[in-house]
Amino acid sequence: MGEAVIEVRGLRKRYGAIEAVRGIDLRIERGEVFALLGPNGAGKTTTVEILEGHRTRSGGEVSVLGFDPGRNEVALKERTGIVLQQTGLEPYLTVAETVDMFRGFYPRPLPLEDILEVVGLDEQRDQRVRRLSGGQQRRLDVAVGLAGNPELLFLDEPTTGFDPSARRGAWSMIRNLRTLGKTVLLTTHYLDEAQALADRVAIMVRGEIVAEDTPAGLVAADADAVIRFRAPEGASPPEGLDVRETEEGLLELRTADPTRDLHALTGWALEAGVALEGLVVSRLSLEDVFLRLTGDQDSEEAP
Amino acid sequence: MRALELALRQLKYQERAFRRNPPAAFFTIAFPLIFLVILNVIFGSNDMEVGDRVISGAVFYVPAIATLTVVNSCYTSLSMTWVFDRDGGVLKRIRGSPLPGWAFLFGRITHAILLMLVLLVVVVVFGRLFYGVDIPGETMPAVLVTLAVGSFAFCTLGLSIAAVVPNSDAAPAVVNGTILPLLFISDVFIPPSAGTPAWVEHVSSIFPVRHLSEALQTAFNPFTSGAGFEPLHLGVLAAWGVAGLLFTLRFSSWEPRV
Repeated sequence: MGEAVIEVRGLRKRYGAIEAVRGIDLRIERGEVFALLGPNGAGKTTTVEILEGHRTRSGGEVSVLGFDPGRNEVALKERTGIVLQQTGLEPYLTVAETVDMFRGFYPRPLPLEDILEVVGLDEQRDQRVRRLSGGQQRRLDVAVGLAGNPELLFLDEPTTGFDPSARRGAWSMIRNLRTLGKTVLLTTHYLDEAQALADRVAIMVRGEIVAEDTPAGLVAADADAVIRFRAPEGASPPEGLDVRETEEGLLELRTADPTRDLHALTGWALEAGVALEGLVVSRLSLEDVFLRLTGDQDSEEAP
Repeated sequence: MRALELALRQLKYQERAFRRNPPAAFFTIAFPLIFLVILNVIFGSNDMEVGDRVISGAVFYVPAIATLTVVNSCYTSLSMTWVFDRDGGVLKRIRGSPLPGWAFLFGRITHAILLMLVLLVVVVVFGRLFYGVDIPGETMPAVLVTLAVGSFAFCTLGLSIAAVVPNSDAAPAVVNGTILPLLFISDVFIPPSAGTPAWVEHVSSIFPVRHLSEALQTAFNPFTSGAGFEPLHLGVLAAWGVAGLLFTLRFSSWEPRV
């Protein structure tokens, strides 16, 4: 095992009667991009804000770069970068001035040019913050998070509200961070984002971590493939295949042995003269795993 | 040393951002002059009894508008910016960086006070040029000390009220609602008159605005003999300032209220 940058044991956070975080464990190693994935209200932001030092915890042990973030120590703040969900930058300063202002807070800042290049704002350097587009402002948020050359970067929902092309841009920017060797803790409620960016993913639901693995591992842990098709009324597929009806009225079969089960299915269909409309065999997506783990919950609890 | 350097850098950025919003800057500077002119047009030719002396309306309104300027720069502006920055996540972002909180606050407060001094100079010079109101000479130290104590009190009270205001939508209503009535009953807009019920004066004597306005009236009044210090008024102002400071330290927040 590598060096742990973040270690969390039994973390709890209570807001009155609601327990937003219910005893979670996390271990994030140096150089990893780790995604905390979950629906809105799962407790992701609360968890990250405790790690950042913005919130107190109700219980458990937390170590970030060897510090307790609850102590509000400058030595820790000098080594971390925080990209919040909210922007909160002075609208009348320029991009370069804003980054420079934050660089001044740190003992060993990254060079301004390098930061602007990583986030792709070289051309906007003399533009006022208020004139930036939403996507550009978010890049500036990341630029400010990078100002002090942090070892660890927190990215709280970096692409929420982006259009698809802005998201692609943000993703390539986050991949650039990996080349700088930064440890990144990312929260997101987009599956494809976790899949595209993270080395490891923890899925959080109702304040608990329900699964934790590499994106590929999460998928592999479940059945290997899913077969979907449509069959005419009254046709009943062969016994021995675990066929279920989905909400969209499709028939669905999850299988660890797609070759054999597909053979059985198509053999039956040919013999019975049944057409399997829209027959598809696909790998189980992270979305399938996610939806199964999160169930039908659509909670909007306190953040 | 490094912390002080950081604090001065904050002031520089603060000042730059202010200059880049010309409409806001213009009205901030014009605001006290507008009041000075309007009040002089309406009441300027009346004689007024301040203390046991009778002075002209014009002489009354220079220190009155100076009071308004201190209150507006320190209490109103500082508290509103604080709430807006808190809601907008500016303070939270600063809190997550290694910049010491006091260095950020230093930038904010120093900017507010420097701006206040500029406005006061504008008001005094304008009063001299257009209304022939003398600039205090012998009592200048009293003017400066009163301004220092007054801005201390109204800055800490501004931060205190910001801690009470729940969100930026409520800020204008709460901030104006607490200060405008005091400005009206503390001989700032409306000169003292014999017809005012005594209880109005008693009530306003509890709050700091009256003490600032009376101390400034004495320090600016050309008939004042001696140095022009008002120890009692300054003492009450300082007490409010200390109370505001303690309240701020205890209840002020850098995180948005959810």
